[in-house]
Amino acid sequence: MKNIDTVGHVTGKSVYLDDIPTIAGTLHAAVVGSEFAHAKIINININEAAKIEGVVKIILHSDIPGENQIGGIIEDEMLLAEHEVHYQGQPIAVVVAESERIARRAAHMVKVTYEELAPVTNPREAKEKSLLLIPPRTFSMGNIDEAWRKCKHIVNGTVEIGGQEHLYIETQGAYAYPMEGGYIRVHSSTQGPTAVQKTISKVLGVPMHLIEVDVVRLGGGFGGKEDQASGFAAMAALATHITGKPVKLVLPRHDDMRITGKRHPYSADFKIGLSDDLKILAYEATLYQNGGAAADLSPAILERTLFHSTGSYFIPNTRVTAYSCKTNLPPNTAFRGFGGPQGMFVIESAIAKAAEHIGVDAIDIQKANLLKENDEFQYGQRAENVNAHKCIELASNKFNLVNLKKSIENYNKNNKYSKSGLAIMPLCFGISFTNTAMNQARALVHIYQDGSVSVSTGAIEMGQGVNTKLAQITALMLGISIQRVKVHSTNTTRVANTSPTAASTGADLNGHAVRIATSALKKRLISVAAQELGCSEDELNIENETITLNGKITHLSWQNLIKKAHLKRIALTENGHYATPIIYFDKTKEKGHPFAYHVYGTGIITVTVDCLRGTYCIDDVYIVHDFGNSINSIIDLGQVEGAVVQGIGWVTMEELAFDKKGKLLSNSLSTYKVPDIFFAPKTIECIALPTEGPNLAILRSKAIGEPPFMYGIAAFFAIQNAIKSFNPKHRFKFDSPLTPEKVLMQLYSKDETDITK
Amino acid sequence: MISFILNEKLVSTSNNPGMSLLDFIRYEANLPGAKIGCREGDCGACTVLIGEINDGIMAYRSVTSCLFPLINAHGKHVVTIEGINLNNKLTPVQQAIADNAATQCGFCTPGFVMSFTGFCISSKEPSTQKAIEAVAGNICRCTGYKSIERAAKDIAKAVQNKDLNDPINWLIQHGFLPKYFTEIPERLKQIQPQTISEKKPDKIIAGGTDLMVQQPDSIYRQKIESAFNINLPHEIIISNCTCTISGATTVNDLLKNDKLLSRFPELDNYLMLVSSEPIRNMATIAGNLINASPIGDLSVMLLALNAQLTIINGDKTRQIPLNKLFTGYKQLAIEHEELIQLITFELPKSNATFNFEKVSKRKHLDIASVNTAMLIEIDNGIITKFRLSAGGVAPFPLYLEKTSKYIAGKHLDKGTIAKAFELIDEEISPISDIRGTAEYKRLLLKQLFKAHLQKVVGDEFYKLI
Ligand SMILES: Cc1cc2nc3c(=O)[nH]c(=O)nc-3n(C[C@H](O)[C@H](O)[C@H](O)COP(=O)(O)OP(=O)(O)OC[C@H]3O[C@@H](n4cnc5c(N)ncnc54)[C@H](O)[C@@H]3O)c2cc1C
Ligand code: FES
Ligand code: FES
Repeated sequence: MKNIDTVGHVTGKSVYLDDIPTIAGTLHAAVVGSEFAHAKIINININEAAKIEGVVKIILHSDIPGENQIGGIIEDEMLLAEHEVHYQGQPIAVVVAESERIARRAAHMVKVTYEELAPVTNPREAKEKSLLLIPPRTFSMGNIDEAWRKCKHIVNGTVEIGGQEHLYIETQGAYAYPMEGGYIRVHSSTQGPTAVQKTISKVLGVPMHLIEVDVVRLGGGFGGKEDQASGFAAMAALATHITGKPVKLVLPRHDDMRITGKRHPYSADFKIGLSDDLKILAYEATLYQNGGAAADLSPAILERTLFHSTGSYFIPNTRVTAYSCKTNLPPNTAFRGFGGPQGMFVIESAIAKAAEHIGVDAIDIQKANLLKENDEFQYGQRAENVNAHKCIELASNKFNLVNLKKSIENYNKNNKYSKSGLAIMPLCFGISFTNTAMNQARALVHIYQDGSVSVSTGAIEMGQGVNTKLAQITALMLGISIQRVKVHSTNTTRVANTSPTAASTGADLNGHAVRIATSALKKRLISVAAQELGCSEDELNIENETITLNGKITHLSWQNLIKKAHLKRIALTENGHYATPIIYFDKTKEKGHPFAYHVYGTGIITVTVDCLRGTYCIDDVYIVHDFGNSINSIIDLGQVEGAVVQGIGWVTMEELAFDKKGKLLSNSLSTYKVPDIFFAPKTIECIALPTEGPNLAILRSKAIGEPPFMYGIAAFFAIQNAIKSFNPKHRFKFDSPLTPEKVLMQLYSKDETDITK
Repeated sequence: MISFILNEKLVSTSNNPGMSLLDFIRYEANLPGAKIGCREGDCGACTVLIGEINDGIMAYRSVTSCLFPLINAHGKHVVTIEGINLNNKLTPVQQAIADNAATQCGFCTPGFVMSFTGFCISSKEPSTQKAIEAVAGNICRCTGYKSIERAAKDIAKAVQNKDLNDPINWLIQHGFLPKYFTEIPERLKQIQPQTISEKKPDKIIAGGTDLMVQQPDSIYRQKIESAFNINLPHEIIISNCTCTISGATTVNDLLKNDKLLSRFPELDNYLMLVSSEPIRNMATIAGNLINASPIGDLSVMLLALNAQLTIINGDKTRQIPLNKLFTGYKQLAIEHEELIQLITFELPKSNATFNFEKVSKRKHLDIASVNTAMLIEIDNGIITKFRLSAGGVAPFPLYLEKTSKYIAGKHLDKGTIAKAFELIDEEISPISDIRGTAEYKRLLLKQLFKAHLQKVVGDEFYKLI
């Protein structure tokens, strides 16, 4: 089934934040951001700006009635800077004016005097200076110090991993307006309405019940609107609170890129030890996460990096230490994969380096070490229903890996200035919020007297199709047509205390809550039907909008049943509450059972490098993915195709550039390039691994949002392989993203080869 | 007053001529279908169609409304997604996107629908490839594009049998466009041309693809005049061996000129590397020269072609070679009041090879790290003419005079090429910036020089180096 929003989307009628009709008298806000990455604020002069006609108010930190604090996990982030700024673009003031144009113009005229301080942008330097957001964490297993002695091959290396701009095409924004009695309604482009509500309540110093947050849909989120939407919503609400007027704040693209955090860059050192038969016996890594100027979600992201630091492999002896480093960049934040991709990139680099050292194909090492049933993860959980081998075997057979490799060899033999490369990325990704408490959700389901059904949950629709899945689950559970189901906006007054829609858990958590609510309703309705039909409840069911008795149609239709139930004063509303069972994690031991289940898969990517120009194209992407029992294969396939291209973008052309002073140079779409239709792989073929799917996945349909992102990592290694076949003296360099510049320099690197002249 | 037909409705507005069409559509006309993704022409979310009568025929082109100055809308038909929606039915374009699940968050979708619709109206030989080229300026962060490609295939198929003589009516009959499109040409004729004010404007705007990005706020406030109103003749004249184009010619005007393409092998491939369909539909050649960007693609091509400029100022006319236009970073040998009226260059002869190379992070819709053009004529093994130009390696688009002069008259052999590499290194002065390090640009230009050689001698080029 297609996304239920499809017709709205293709006719341009779907409503996004900036499309909400504005109330007469709406004011517009613009943010004044810091010019420097690190500086003391000496003075803020708003006189000139305030004189501009149409400027209503210029808000500074001193105007905040509640707390000047928006930090989610750690309270370390101010809404508006007071005495010091810690990253370029950090909000200092909010200008409220009659039009956006005036607000922006006035924002430019707010004069801030600074005393520049030395910025730190490199995470290793931050660590040296003890600038850490949280104390370091170490995951380990077995006895690593012993293990090295047993290794035949030991290899060290370093890795640099770039960040990634979310580039949701809809920028951050919020629209707040006053209702009566100090109540404020806020439309926000957020993945976390409760976080927005809580933040506003704190900043304004009012109880949460005076703040209503409503979200219809987002024009893309990818994690970038999980935590970072809160600050901008708080600015709009604050402006409404102060002026008593409706206020809209939609970030211009440059501001969005400058102010908001991105996927974390990481720097890492690894040491890997293998036996003669290519078993990884020991793996040690130190990871330096570039957290930016405030904690934001970095601690949780660091944790997920650690969880995924051994990738899809069983490694008996490990020690991985991760530092969350405080730097003068915008606070980095959630992005599809949430630290997982970086953890996996490092282990894949280690494997590639080991393969180069030993003189084997990395695939041989990958295969020799894939997880098996009951293997223990570094974090104590045992692997269950492991599909790692099944995926790689199916992929090798279906896509004829042997032939693929052979044809690449031939191609490379026959072409002097064009070389092909191939790499494989095995995937194992844990599903659940690693913070156990967040694994809960609620659904509010109403059945109206006409038999139509309304569903509200905490899930945010941002293109991933969660609303479609929720409608499907509702229809399936109640035995009615999906046409009767309307999934409503996500609203804090209907569903409270929600977790953000993140960690790929939106459909699982909210779907289970819908399942619980609808089963309770169904139970009640069946009981009414049993009375009506004079039979026992267990003989009855609802199918295709009619009540069936032992599988046979009765005269009682859904609509009639609802009417009868209402006359009998039966509650036609239900609130479902779900909390994922089993999971827990003990941070003092760094052991537990943090994930409900894991998603497996194998991605194969082939590329061709133009060795004259250093450019490349992504040829084919072949994937075997473990969907479980997909409840919506169209949507799930869309998630795979979209995620893998985003993953490829991350390791190839998407390059964040900051100057030494921490100023973002790649601050627009003309300087930060994301894949376009021509860059997309020539083919993406994805087949489903036939599996039953785990119980904890909603209707056994596994979570899909993030996992396929990581297949994209194969593109990096495929290009490395192609470079090597042109320049045999090339030694793998783990410096992502692999831009055409780096490719050309590596193709012709002087110290290793002489092809240059 | 600026008057145009917005979808079905005639609008007349006294809004600032420098306001972006996007702002007008969304916030004055309250049509929220066109979305804002970047306001810089780089995402395509704001794509709309502009219709006008050309040589008696109603023609439509896609543009990014964020960069389209209101002044240029006068007398045109502006079509937003609201203007193509049918009652209770999807158009085949919309249906193809729906059928192929080529929409996820949907924010980019109206832009894709409009670009594809533009393709349906204007394509002469509809193919999947052409349909894809039409959406090359549309960025989708969600779908991964394969579903959009599948939609493109369906769309190309749907217009296979389009009546090329009367496309609009055919498209109406087949449910691509609403009926009101038939009346547009007549209605457009009712709109009086804009009067050009006597007062000197602060700024001349052409396509706006430079000005609306660099200085939108001052363009909004200033008194502007449109180059399309004053800088005509708007034509491409091809005589025996020369080509003369007016400054206000857009990149796509060149790309769509069959006569020019037949005389200039592969020019279409080169021009396809310049920005994207909607930008090429707006960006003018004179704008590309005057913008003086060190990596301007047209500037680099025209330098190798030894283009001559006809510059006018009121009644005064003068000629200068393009080579003499650029004097420093964003410094030009042209006065504020002067306009480029004509650009003239010799068409490559039959014994000539012209080649253009461009490398950027992303092949399409990206600014070059380095671009270069070469014109070479060889007679009996002797290079009788040689011109090499390059962008991204100097403060302005560079004609490599020393290298070019050295090579002309020589044999095409190893010695010549070795010396040429030395001279290239001497002549260029790249700097490290967002498009690459100086070191990279040096290496890249030399690599692209090899690519030029490959064009001349084929795969054996490496024997020359
Ligand atoms: C998204 C995007 C992608 C782009 N990609 C590329 C690319 O790939 N390659 C490339 O080379 N460029 C690229 N550009 C730049 C753009 O193509 C050029 O700037 C364009 O040719 C400018 O033309 P215009 O008509 O839009 O200029 P305008 O913005 O209208 O004007 C630019 C300048 O030229 C002056 N001017 C205009 N006409 C005349 C005239 N006849 N005589 C004298 N002065 C005049 C104006 O006063 C102004 O100073 C891109 C721009 C955008 C927005
Ligand atoms: S808004 Fe991105 S191209 Fe116009
Ligand atoms: S569907 Fe989200 S950007 Fe294209």
